[in-house]
Amino acid sequence: MDISSHDVLLVGGGGAGLRAAIAVSETNPKLKVAVVSKVYPMRSHTVSAEGGAAAVIKSNDSLDEHAYDTVSGGDWMSDQDAVEAFVKEAPEEMLRLEHWGCPWSREPDGHIAVRPFGGMKKERTWFAADKTGFHMLHTLFQTSLKYNAITRYDEFFVTKLLVDGGRVQGVVAIELMSGKIHAILAKAVILCTGGCGRVFPFTTNANIKNGDGMALAYRAGVPLKDMEFVQYHPTGLPFTGILITEAARSEGGYLLNKDGYRYLQDYNLGTPQPKPVLRSMELGPRDRLSQAFVKEMEKGRTIDTPYGPVVHLDIRHLGEKIINTKLPFVRELCLKYQNIDPIKEMIPVRPVVHYMMGGVHTDLNAATALTGLYAAGEVACVSINGANRLGSNSLTELLVFGARAGKAAAAFASETAEPGSHVVAQAMDEQRRLERQFLSKTDGRESIATIREEMQATIEKGAGIYRTGDLLAQAAQNLRRLQERFQNVAITDHSYTFNTELTAVLELAFMLDVAETIVQSALQRSESRGAHQRTDFPKRDDEKYLAHSLIYRNEDGSSRLEYLPVTITRWPPAERVYGK
Amino acid sequence: MIDTITLEVARYRPEQETEPTFERFEVPFNKDWVVLDALNYIKDRLDGSLSYRWSCRMGVCGSCGMMVNGEPKLTCATFLSKYVPGPIRVEPLRYFPVVRDLAVEMTDFMDKLKSVKPWIIRQEERPLSEGEYLQTPVQLDNYKQFSMCINCMICYAACPVYGLDHHFIGPAALALAQRYNMDSRDQGTDERLDLLSQHEGIWGCTFVGECTKACPKNVDPAGAIQQYKLKAATEWFKSFLMPWGRK
Amino acid sequence: MKETHNYTLYHPKWYRERVSTYWWARQWSYFRFILRELSSIFVAYFVVLILFLLHALSQGPESYAAIQEWLRTPFAITLNFISLLFTLFHTITWFNLTPRAMPVRIGGKRLPDWMIAAPNYVAWVVISAIVAWFVIGG
Repeated sequence: MDISSHDVLLVGGGGAGLRAAIAVSETNPKLKVAVVSKVYPMRSHTVSAEGGAAAVIKSNDSLDEHAYDTVSGGDWMSDQDAVEAFVKEAPEEMLRLEHWGCPWSREPDGHIAVRPFGGMKKERTWFAADKTGFHMLHTLFQTSLKYNAITRYDEFFVTKLLVDGGRVQGVVAIELMSGKIHAILAKAVILCTGGCGRVFPFTTNANIKNGDGMALAYRAGVPLKDMEFVQYHPTGLPFTGILITEAARSEGGYLLNKDGYRYLQDYNLGTPQPKPVLRSMELGPRDRLSQAFVKEMEKGRTIDTPYGPVVHLDIRHLGEKIINTKLPFVRELCLKYQNIDPIKEMIPVRPVVHYMMGGVHTDLNAATALTGLYAAGEVACVSINGANRLGSNSLTELLVFGARAGKAAAAFASETAEPGSHVVAQAMDEQRRLERQFLSKTDGRESIATIREEMQATIEKGAGIYRTGDLLAQAAQNLRRLQERFQNVAITDHSYTFNTELTAVLELAFMLDVAETIVQSALQRSESRGAHQRTDFPKRDDEKYLAHSLIYRNEDGSSRLEYLPVTITRWPPAERVYGK
Repeated sequence: MIDTITLEVARYRPEQETEPTFERFEVPFNKDWVVLDALNYIKDRLDGSLSYRWSCRMGVCGSCGMMVNGEPKLTCATFLSKYVPGPIRVEPLRYFPVVRDLAVEMTDFMDKLKSVKPWIIRQEERPLSEGEYLQTPVQLDNYKQFSMCINCMICYAACPVYGLDHHFIGPAALALAQRYNMDSRDQGTDERLDLLSQHEGIWGCTFVGECTKACPKNVDPAGAIQQYKLKAATEWFKSFLMPWGRK
Repeated sequence: MKETHNYTLYHPKWYRERVSTYWWARQWSYFRFILRELSSIFVAYFVVLILFLLHALSQGPESYAAIQEWLRTPFAITLNFISLLFTLFHTITWFNLTPRAMPVRIGGKRLPDWMIAAPNYVAWVVISAIVAWFVIGG
């Protein structure tokens, strides 16, 4: 076993991870930073984000308005102290990225351009055409190359957090290239592994988004927060789940049912206007739009395709010029993957799982309940997103809280002792577990793909856009059964070099754990709020559930839930009103 | 319409064999499937030990570049229907060492990316409190094309110069250098020029032009390199004619 | 890379295919590239030929007649015909590549490639016409 030691270790090399790594280096250049990622940094899923990143910069806008949109968009589940800190630091973080070279789209006079976005009352979404995440990630990655204190462990798959004496002291990781197991020790660890969309069958998420960090933390006894809140994006391409950015609607696209009718007007989202109106109709929040789709489907007003029912996103009236300058990637994706040209044809879309509002429970400084462990980005839940995230807040979030995590971890690591030797023994145990459970296992009979597909079908049925107690309970039971069957999983590849079957099986194990936390958290929340809609409890219940759920793992693998009141500072809970 | 299509997939298991072989798999034919879907079908149902990289499946993460019937392609954007009736030959990206099956070694590429200093270089940083650097849409457009590179390395697999001489910095990295040189916020052109005018830099390129043709994102690395050569040549002439001038 | 693999018995072994000497023959686009590289020899040959013609001219009518004599041999005609083809190939591909190396922007918009290549062709035709007028007309 190879043992190395650093001051701060990042798990995940996407937007949050790279921002955090740079923040550590800038806070204290003497600290040795390690970025451990199962893919090369520029493959991270931040790359797929399209629409933009919100931050107040124009004079007609204010921090309070951004905060209010975020809080009401989150159905008052957001912690308002976190939201206030977030909107305040957002502009500075975005400017910093501009200084690092991010090719933000511009006004004719050279200032930053902003666009409207769903659920936002003002135009405040910075964008780089419709490849915002791509440009942000590459800017962060290229800038990170400047810092010599940052060591990267590319294509290292983390299997376990090393915890001793009540604090985290490093990780165990498999080097994909050689199959070698490493103990990478550190005084502080920051999880930046993103979400877990792959738990669901239809998702915009990349293949690498398996909830690794959530499961790692959960297994180490750290609670996950608000896991029942799963965001469906209303406009994904059928079959592939490829995202058609919200920018398509903010530029003026219409959502039409099979009769060519803008059906959102039937769901309390305002009256249709020819031009886009902020916080109205197609620019309503994602949860409400996805829910409206299901209702349309139930009324038989959607269009049937081999890949399930769809509605149409129509951007033809925007004309070739706007589509080519503001939405080039939308056109490219439609042409390349759906074989349609949005200049001439309507785009078939359906809601697809997009984002986890929930995640590893952290405080304002990204610290988790475990000493030395931090989390930032989609893997974390601070929570600014509450019960429903507004489009274009997540890219900003990974900058703001990535930076906060980096600073906090740097401060912690600067005054903390070196990791002890006990954890090396733990790492040896982990190596033996991996050998025994997977690499030398020859008697399994269950196929990885079958268990994965059944898990996906189970969670879609139980914890989809609309949920009921019965279906959730059934899903919980099914997942238990799948966990048992997983013990008998078949592994055909016993080699060391680049063994992607091994990583697939480890990812499946992570996903099964995360799926259970989603279902258990949803089962316990007997109300409807934001993205969590229970048909058996259709009303929001502020008396009982204006609180974050915290799910803990018990020793025996079962879970328990606790609740933590939501922090309200200036915006008392009210009704969410759109279209007015 | 056919029901199935055959894939001939390159296999290399370094713990068992000394050189790659081909294995044939028959997969269902579906007009909506891309080559990557077929590989995933193989991994899920036929042979779990097949190894390759993939992630976003929407042509932006750059993981899934492979040779498809001899041409470097993003397999997530290459439809099976283009190759009917088959067979389709899938190999790892050309000119790179193969680690296993369809996965190639890419640390050399990563080092090259870093070597061109792909970050904003300034004599003096502007404080954040003074706001953004102004950059007009025209100035943005000057380098925008070169900023679209997804690092998929397809241009390297198309470049015989890289194939023959691995010291050549190569299309993507040179285009990235040009991306920063052309950025109105950057002042590092001179710093980069010394490095890039070496033999392994721009002058290694013989303008085969295949990188630009193969690029799935229309980055035009060949154009970037030629523009760079023009600039380097004019700089050289200037210093030759006016040695008392710059530097 | 560090090479201390005490865990894996096996040491990573990358397979690197040797690039064939005939790599240029395997793909049409590569072959065309080699043809273009080769064409420069013929361009050079024309330059040398003109130098010889000038030299002969300065030596008097006899030596110019001798070189004209040689130019009429089937070998010289074939050689010059092939060289002409290669030179044409060289010229056309070169013109078509100029937009790559010299993008021109007017009013913030990049001119389409053909607009940058076209002046080359126009100049070529005009100069050829003038030369032809001198040779044939004059």
